Amino acid sequence: MIPELGLFAAILALTLCLAQGVLGLSFARARVSAAAAACAQMAALMVLVAFVCLITAYVRSDFSVAVVAANSHTDKPLIYKIAGAWGNHEGSMLLWCFVSSVFGAVLSLTRGDQSESLWRKAVGVQGLVTAGALGYTIFLSDPFARLWPAPLQGAGLNPLLQDPALAAHPPMLYLGYVGMSVPFSLAIAALLEGRADQAWAKALRPWTLIAWTCLTLGIALGSYWAYYELGWGGWWFWDPVENASFMPWLAACALVHSAIVTERRGSLASWTILLAILGFGFALLGTFLVRSGVLTSVHAFAVDPKRGIAVLVLLGVALGAGFGLYAWRAPKLAKPSGFAALSRESLLVWNNFGLAVAAGVVLIGTLYPLLVEAAGGGLISVGPPFFNITVGPLLGLLFLVLPLGPMLSWRKGDLASLKRVLPAALGGVVTLAAALWLAHGRAWPAIGLAIGVWLILGGVVYLWTRASRGGGFKLLALPLAVWSMSAAHIGAGVLTLGAVAETAFRMESAANMAPGQTIDFAGHRVTLMDVGEVEGPNYSAERGEFRVEHNGAAQALSAERRFYPTSSMPTTEVGILSTLEGDFYLALGDVTRSAGGPQTYSVRLYYNPLLQCIFLGAGLMALGGVLSLVALARRRTATP
Amino acid sequence: MSLLLILALATAPMADPTQEARAQALENEIRCVVCQNEPISQSTADIAVDMRRLVRERIAAGDSDEQIRSFFRERYGDFVLLRPPMDPRTWALWAAPLALAAFGLIAVWSSSRRKPGAEALAPEEGER
Repeated sequence: MIPELGLFAAILALTLCLAQGVLGLSFARARVSAAAAACAQMAALMVLVAFVCLITAYVRSDFSVAVVAANSHTDKPLIYKIAGAWGNHEGSMLLWCFVSSVFGAVLSLTRGDQSESLWRKAVGVQGLVTAGALGYTIFLSDPFARLWPAPLQGAGLNPLLQDPALAAHPPMLYLGYVGMSVPFSLAIAALLEGRADQAWAKALRPWTLIAWTCLTLGIALGSYWAYYELGWGGWWFWDPVENASFMPWLAACALVHSAIVTERRGSLASWTILLAILGFGFALLGTFLVRSGVLTSVHAFAVDPKRGIAVLVLLGVALGAGFGLYAWRAPKLAKPSGFAALSRESLLVWNNFGLAVAAGVVLIGTLYPLLVEAAGGGLISVGPPFFNITVGPLLGLLFLVLPLGPMLSWRKGDLASLKRVLPAALGGVVTLAAALWLAHGRAWPAIGLAIGVWLILGGVVYLWTRASRGGGFKLLALPLAVWSMSAAHIGAGVLTLGAVAETAFRMESAANMAPGQTIDFAGHRVTLMDVGEVEGPNYSAERGEFRVEHNGAAQALSAERRFYPTSSMPTTEVGILSTLEGDFYLALGDVTRSAGGPQTYSVRLYYNPLLQCIFLGAGLMALGGVLSLVALARRRTATP
Repeated sequence: MSLLLILALATAPMADPTQEARAQALENEIRCVVCQNEPISQSTADIAVDMRRLVRERIAAGDSDEQIRSFFRERYGDFVLLRPPMDPRTWALWAAPLALAAFGLIAVWSSSRRKPGAEALAPEEGER
């Protein structure tokens, strides 16, 4: 009964969203606008009902529902039963619809100081976006489909995914992906309206910030999960699935910056619109790449192409409508408003140049093997070496000019204000020299570390300049917007330090150890004390207890290998000793039983210098996003 | 058997640090043939362990990096190289970053020409 109720609510929501679209894009009457807004709010409520129905089916382990039988199990802890609702294709699509409809409802409730007709059209477009996602969910990936006869027990969730970071990772990422749909709707509305003014950009900014912040957090959570769960010490692999989330992130990051220019100075409006369309295109492409199976192989896609083709059609419609409208209407938007080559606008243009080119390179690198295979050129791989030597230097150049931007004034800047960043430049040069000396002349890592220090000091210098302006030193009285920008930019620097140090200077080793045996690795003396059996709620595990001595201090560390009866594949729970200096990381592997000799365990050891900086940096960047949102909200209430 | 496993798992660091650095760099560029998307340096699959040992054997035998790459390419196909080889199929790939950057530069340059000149703003307005 409950699943049928869910499906019914979803169908009702689809109807409401279609009505929202038609009303939003039709007559300009106050009543029609109010009806479109009411549809948006009712639709969100209906998708919420559907979503709650699906979660209920999981919580009650109703195995007559096909997705619950395929992905859940009665033994699973409650939190993972709930998280299981979006841990698979069908459920995650319903989550997509839920987020999209809630954003539509919020959009319908916050007109701000936009013109009535532009806002109404945006609500309408958002309704059509949600309707597309709902139609796909209901007709091609129904999460409420029944299974008869119902099995007594479910097949269980992939045990790798039974993890708190991974329970939170998809919702965050989807908030980001779907968050890009609102800038898209606003962009289409602006094109239809033939106007993109500063009030429009003001309405756009919070949405770009929400999308970017959620993508940042979602990617960081996924990366952190890969780091401690997959057990090989890495955090970013340029895997197509990661690239699928990195492309919308790059576009969102560019959009966050270009929307500022449009809001403050009224320029770059048509580029901001194009970026909003592209950003949503990347988000849909990400969904397509991850969900269609096309990444594993072109052939896997061909086995069941229905869903993949449907997402491609949705992508084609969204991008086709977007680019078509853009080509037709954008020339009318052009409102020239000049700025000098040395101005904050111009540096933000270079920021957008770097981020957009990077997104394009990631796109081509990710799709290229598929294109070659489809064209009959055989299998090739485009992996980390390609991305590291193309995207790496590009982002490096972008970071070289980044600290200059905030120092310049809008419209026309002067060289004198750039002199203030000299201390930061000096810090970068000193780092470069020290790193070259310590790393025995390895140039690339040294340059990377210097850029990281330059970014961090650049952020500090900016804070300092702002605080000491107009006499005195008022750090705490600085506007929130200054803090948010500094936090995000310093975060980018901290992340750069961590990423470069980990990539260039990580150490790894593997050993077979018997209990009681001691080995030395990267300045640590490691002893395997004992290996024992442990019983978890729905798994059994082998747990190795280690003693790690470093700089005279000893610490206990444990690492596990877990066996889930529902899966043939054992999973690893690694042991990590984190300090700011670096992570000592240890994973327990296979057991070797030999006749006569003692039982030995294969142990893999890693030392990842400055690794926590990666996640600390990403956290600071997200904090910057949140502070900026708070600043925008405060301004909205201060000037109604 | 156990002795063999010990040798296999603990791919001992090479005596010469420059050789060790070369081995690690190559291991990051060669794809494990049975895994989803991992270089052999990160994979724990048996075949990745064998492939790592092969890299080290070839280096010890005095092969150049290029010889080792083509050794693996002949055995497992282009798929095994995470850094795609430069040939007619991949010219477009390697040209893409330069083409995109050139395209972007032209776009920035042409749009900056259409804009009128800029007067400096009052300091308060310029900083906001």
